[in-house]
Amino acid sequence: MSLPKPAMRGLLAKRLRFHLPIAFALSLVAAAAFKFAVTEPRKQAYADFYKQYDAMKEFNAMKEAGVFQSVRPSGE
Amino acid sequence: MLATRVFRLVGKRALSTSICLRGGHGVAKVEDYTLPAYFDRRESPLPDIKFVQQLSPEQKSLKEKEKGSWAVLSKEEKIALYRISFKESFAEMDKGSGEWKSVVAGIFFFIGFTGLVVLWQRKYVYGDVPHTFDPEYKQKEVQRMLDMRINPVEGFSAKWDYENNAWKK
Repeated sequence: MSLPKPAMRGLLAKRLRFHLPIAFALSLVAAAAFKFAVTEPRKQAYADFYKQYDAMKEFNAMKEAGVFQSVRPSGE
Repeated sequence: MLATRVFRLVGKRALSTSICLRGGHGVAKVEDYTLPAYFDRRESPLPDIKFVQQLSPEQKSLKEKEKGSWAVLSKEEKIALYRISFKESFAEMDKGSGEWKSVVAGIFFFIGFTGLVVLWQRKYVYGDVPHTFDPEYKQKEVQRMLDMRINPVEGFSAKWDYENNAWKK
């Protein structure tokens, strides 16, 4: 019946020493993954959309479809 | 000293034989639930009373032997003494039961039953949906959303091909 005395102190410190670096690394990985999987493609999509965007053309198309109140389609 | 004497009495459940005098009127019955109880709990490891209250003759003789040197007690005798004082060891009391299976089964069963109730409700309780759910109305809604260029970059209108008047492949 001679078991070794178990660790009585520093239990939280020991756990943190192990888990904190992992937690930081995983958080950084999550942030990087989100940046490169979501935000960068989204920025690119918006850049591409507005490169070839003709505002007046779109406005006239919407006007003819009749969605505005201030300016009606050319027929009316 | 006096306190240890009291604890020894409590340990032998002497309170069950003690008398509560009620001002000369009689004896109050001591209810079971008012006496110290035995329970196996991890957070309070030493219960108020021993587990076995009425000792058999072998257990009595073992208790007498316990008063001597403990080094001469065999392993079985030590375990027998433990079992007199305690019902379950820590390993036994911490052991999980299979109760979670019944709980999960009950959860699924009642979710299923709720599904049946919802189906019945859908058929017999709710009235018609508004006219805005009609297919023709929905078609007009979609056309209006495309005309307004809803979410033209990455969302709704981005998936419509305005040249060919069809959804993008």
